[in-house]
Amino acid sequence: MGFISKAGSAGLLVSAVFGAQAQTTVLTVASFKDLDRSVLAAIPLYKKARPDVEIKLVSLGYGDHHNAMTTALATGANLPDVMGIEIGFVAKMAEGGGVEDLSKAPYDANALRPKFFKFASAQATSRGGIFAAVPADIGPGALFYRKDLMDKAGITEAQLTQSWDSYIEAGKTLKAKTGAYLIPNAGTIKDILLRSGLKDGEGIYFDDKGKVLVDSPRFVRAFETAKKARAAGIDAKVGAWSNEWSEGFKRGTVASEMMGAWLAGHLKNWIAPETAGQWRSATLPGGLSASWGGSFYAIPKAAKNKAAAWDFIKFMTTNKEVQIAAFRELDAFPALVEATNDPFVDQPMPFLGGQVARKQWKATAAAIPATAVDRLDPVAAEVIAAEFDKVLEQDKPVAAALADAKKAIERRVRR
Amino acid sequence: MSTPFPPIRRTPTTRRRSALKPWHYMPYVFVAPFFILFLSFGLFPLLFSAYASFFRWELSSGLAGMKWEGWGNYAFVLQLDALPWKQFFTGAFWSELHGLDFWRALYNTFWLGFASGLPQHLIAIPLAYFIHMKFRRARNPAIAMYFLPYITNTVAITLVFSSLFSRDFGVINQVLTGLAHFDVAGVRPLAWLFPDQNIDWGRPEYTRPIVAFIIWWRFVGWNTVLYLSALQTIPKDLYEAATIDGAGLWQQFRYITLPMLRPMILFAVTLTIIGNLQLFEEPFILTGGSGGVGQVAETVAMQMYKVGLTDGDFGTASAVAWLMFMVIAALTWLNNRYLGKKD
Repeated sequence: MGFISKAGSAGLLVSAVFGAQAQTTVLTVASFKDLDRSVLAAIPLYKKARPDVEIKLVSLGYGDHHNAMTTALATGANLPDVMGIEIGFVAKMAEGGGVEDLSKAPYDANALRPKFFKFASAQATSRGGIFAAVPADIGPGALFYRKDLMDKAGITEAQLTQSWDSYIEAGKTLKAKTGAYLIPNAGTIKDILLRSGLKDGEGIYFDDKGKVLVDSPRFVRAFETAKKARAAGIDAKVGAWSNEWSEGFKRGTVASEMMGAWLAGHLKNWIAPETAGQWRSATLPGGLSASWGGSFYAIPKAAKNKAAAWDFIKFMTTNKEVQIAAFRELDAFPALVEATNDPFVDQPMPFLGGQVARKQWKATAAAIPATAVDRLDPVAAEVIAAEFDKVLEQDKPVAAALADAKKAIERRVRR
Repeated sequence: MSTPFPPIRRTPTTRRRSALKPWHYMPYVFVAPFFILFLSFGLFPLLFSAYASFFRWELSSGLAGMKWEGWGNYAFVLQLDALPWKQFFTGAFWSELHGLDFWRALYNTFWLGFASGLPQHLIAIPLAYFIHMKFRRARNPAIAMYFLPYITNTVAITLVFSSLFSRDFGVINQVLTGLAHFDVAGVRPLAWLFPDQNIDWGRPEYTRPIVAFIIWWRFVGWNTVLYLSALQTIPKDLYEAATIDGAGLWQQFRYITLPMLRPMILFAVTLTIIGNLQLFEEPFILTGGSGGVGQVAETVAMQMYKVGLTDGDFGTASAVAWLMFMVIAALTWLNNRYLGKKD
């Protein structure tokens, strides 16, 4: 594979140069699995631009990396110069004050803001306008579905995407005609719907004063619709990334999933390579736009080479060539708008039956509202998921579940 | 030349001052690795977490971000002010208590600890006795088989069990439904006993029993080995004398084996109490970290992890840890007091 050999030679290059030159600045970059591949791909390019800087990449698994970074920030020891972080951790680190505010001098992140998709810039910005991390890649949401199974059941794409009611109806038809489930878990419907109708600047779980919003009609509708889907018997009741989940796609017992555009890569590479050509990508039902995941780069306050770190971050996030390389080779959807003007976007994707899906994802990315983030969003999401389980599994009334969720979140916030 | 050690009272014969020789300090060098490791990875974290439990500490804000909180973290965890104390003798009090995070996790931990711990010993003692009495040549291989789960990686074990209990593709469901569909000339003789459909083992009523079963399975062998080693120290002549006096196998077990095993029972039960109250890996991996629907299998250790690393509230997590320590200490003391009393 082209990429592997390239990564391998990059590794060789790094080890060969170490110790040869005494003048070089060694820049430590801490990253996690899969995002580290874009760093590896960028090292040879960066070497050309800045021969005096050595990149030392430290990479861990997703969970280990974020735990390690949290403890490193807590103790101020063993901090890298550049820190790759996933979206769920950005606000936490920003408000904890352990990373540099890149909107202030000597950094100029505010000038970079218009270069990225607006929602990605918003995700990077925390309470008080702190620009804690620069977006590198994003996950515009899409509805992936099995064309062959839908054809068999006589379902059109319009039926799937028109509204949530038509989506659930289509699921019933599919179940009756083919026996396949439409969606792995009804919880996904809840997660998307509770983001519906948000405007730029509004938060998902908290308003700008920190008030908990989870008992609003938005959440009631999300819970009720997802409950309806469960009652209709169209979900396979399996959690994402479980064995049942991937087996369902492999065996064709689950016919669609809503996730970040990167799911296409996972389906193609390991989940269900033998279903190539049968999948299609569509927009989310009801005209919604949402995103899944996203990677960012930040500079810890205790970093040793801040100037070099900032230069490297700008290189990784705003250099068109680097972003396109990551896009082409790793299918990491660029946060940099300019990079999505590359002709690569217009290439048909054989796995998706020759569809020009990246163009669709680009349109989605542009339409995603720039919602405000709160450092406690992950906590709130966890509480909501737990209460939602009770609604589905233990028939807890929606209103009671949301009231309890509000109480639990307010308690966890406490100060 | 002065020695780095304070003067030690010496006997007259060794009073003469001598230069520092390697044999004077080498013993300390040799034992140093343990003490350095123990101080940095054992004692220091212990004391530091006790210190941190009195602070409000957002991890990502660094050490400078610690703010004095007093007993606030403990009060926050225990939530004693949120309870309807006047209804103490009614069900309302207890259902309210179960609704509070820490108390629910404590209940789950006790449930799991009891349901997995008690059967461990009830099976391990007779099993050890049986192996001790009946096995000769095959003894060591048999013990090794029972001991194997204990030395296998917990994560691997739990992942294996979670695929066994998989709803759609798990072996357990295939066997159960296979038995239900077992067909003799058009009649299904077992259909009344076994489920026709795949059982969803992820449902909350199954979560705790499955976790308890995995832990039981893992530690039965360990306890058996402990009891076997104790059985080997019981003098044979006691049994011989009992046989001459006409005691049967059961009477020998009841009046010789069990009393002689008591110190080992005390030790093994203490280990079980400590281990089971710190349950983490099995329920964490089996439920994907969430504790299952309604957090039925969320243990105190899991809650500590969540509060510390998901919420980023390290002070409260330390308070949870120390509350748990107090519970464990109290139970160990009780166990020592009742099982460990001298006749």
